[in-house]
Amino acid sequence: MNTKITLSGVTLKNPIIPASGTFGYGYEFAELYDINVLGSLSFKGTTKEPRFGNPTPRIAECPSGMINAVGLQNPGIDAVITEELPRLRSVFEGPIIANIGGFSVEEYVHCSERIDKEDGVAIIEVNISCPNVHGGGMSFGTSPEAAAEVTRAVKAVTKKPVYIKLSPNVTDIVSISKACEEAGADGISMINTLLGMRIDLKRKQPIIKNKMGGFSGNAIFPVALRMIYQVYEAVKIPIIGIGGVSSAEDVIEMMLAGARAVQIGAANLVDPFICRDIVNDLPNVMKKYGIDDLESIIGGAH
Amino acid sequence: MKQGLFTITENTALTRDMYKLVLAGDTSDITAPGQFVNIKLNGFFLRRPISVCDSEPGKLTLLYKVVGRGTEAMAEMKTGETLDILTGLGNGYDVTKAGDRPLLIGGGAGVPPMYLLARKLIAQGKHVTVIMGFNTAAEVYYKDEFEKIGATVFVTTADGTQGIKGFVTAAMSEVGDCTYIYTCGPEPMLKAVYNASGVSGEYSFEERMGCGFGACMGCSCKTKYGNKRICRDGPVLTKEEIIW
Repeated sequence: MNTKITLSGVTLKNPIIPASGTFGYGYEFAELYDINVLGSLSFKGTTKEPRFGNPTPRIAECPSGMINAVGLQNPGIDAVITEELPRLRSVFEGPIIANIGGFSVEEYVHCSERIDKEDGVAIIEVNISCPNVHGGGMSFGTSPEAAAEVTRAVKAVTKKPVYIKLSPNVTDIVSISKACEEAGADGISMINTLLGMRIDLKRKQPIIKNKMGGFSGNAIFPVALRMIYQVYEAVKIPIIGIGGVSSAEDVIEMMLAGARAVQIGAANLVDPFICRDIVNDLPNVMKKYGIDDLESIIGGAH
Repeated sequence: MKQGLFTITENTALTRDMYKLVLAGDTSDITAPGQFVNIKLNGFFLRRPISVCDSEPGKLTLLYKVVGRGTEAMAEMKTGETLDILTGLGNGYDVTKAGDRPLLIGGGAGVPPMYLLARKLIAQGKHVTVIMGFNTAAEVYYKDEFEKIGATVFVTTADGTQGIKGFVTAAMSEVGDCTYIYTCGPEPMLKAVYNASGVSGEYSFEERMGCGFGACMGCSCKTKYGNKRICRDGPVLTKEEIIW
């Protein structure tokens, strides 16, 4: 039974990766279980400057999911490199995915240059798709030209594999993924959250202070799966599948659609042990469906 | 933090919308009054964070207010059902700060955490005074329980139908000197207590949470000591660090 996969030359012992923004910088979860069982982890989206994020309430519940409007709260790239990353390295020996956010090409470049020098970081994941920040963020992820511009700029300053994290809030995700590939991206992470909203019936106002936020959780799994399936047919670079995954069965389904690895997001927030449990379940579910080697099923549904 | 299965031994209404839920299970991770637990409910994505009213080895008591569909479903739960609960969440109150005459102030659904706190402080030989604030007499609960464990209790109601007429601050002037204030309730009440108090204290805040254990940054707030997560660095903040 082989659960090993590779992402742009980086070997993961299994394809299970906690998604950015749902796992902090790892050490809260390291108090709960040995996070070295994970294939990798994508740390909390980091920007050039420290950010408090949006006003609260930032969270609203949905059927089979939730909306968040955290707004990239993080201590900034300098503090992440001097404080969070060493702490994360002390509890996790595996390859780390550094998730980078920004409001300008210059910011993405600045953060990527800093991260490029960090040995523990195996992959840079560039978030051009956060729906919760004004004046940028998602705008890079909604046009092929802007997505390509960020990709080229980041690729020019790092030797590490660069994965571009795409937004589903677009008309044609395929053209954006192709633009990233042509601009030199080593891979695609998809999808980020879907823009959503809830209204409080008592106050008759949006629950989220920012009015809208990113919808995630089990409910978005079919949307993510469909988009991964489409993008897999259009690009040759690897895809990290994200969106509503909460079981080993979901992992296999997403890999059949074309994902080489899979990130688990919102599910971590309701079941802090879910990633560990999926890692444990994976060999049993592989056996059930007659799978010996996970590498062999990637894109198998095409 | 611990994840555990708890069995319901009691789920009864105390008032029209406050319920008492008693559970059997492993409470070993609940280390301080003022902490909360996070309950998984069938058919709902997010867990429901509920403050700990009382905790003994093997027995957990929660008082919750029915405010939405999740807590409406909780009110329907039957004895013998099991619940997946994360325990030991939040920092809780620091009982070593109390001094000899601590004052505990709970407003509405903010009363429950005062019970375990009062019990711990009385066990240490403190003279504990509790002010419980409600809108009206029909909402008053747990007065007898506090008196039974030896606390001096003042009830206030906004409409004057029981106890002192007015808000909890109306009772603060009657209590006289206290050494420290522990409080939990709606934010306007916390602010009024803050402004009316001449001593230091600990204030428990509420916020919509994602995870309840510090991962999602959904419930962040700014304090004089930097950004904090209500669920993990709070819900209890010291008077000195609060920014209104």
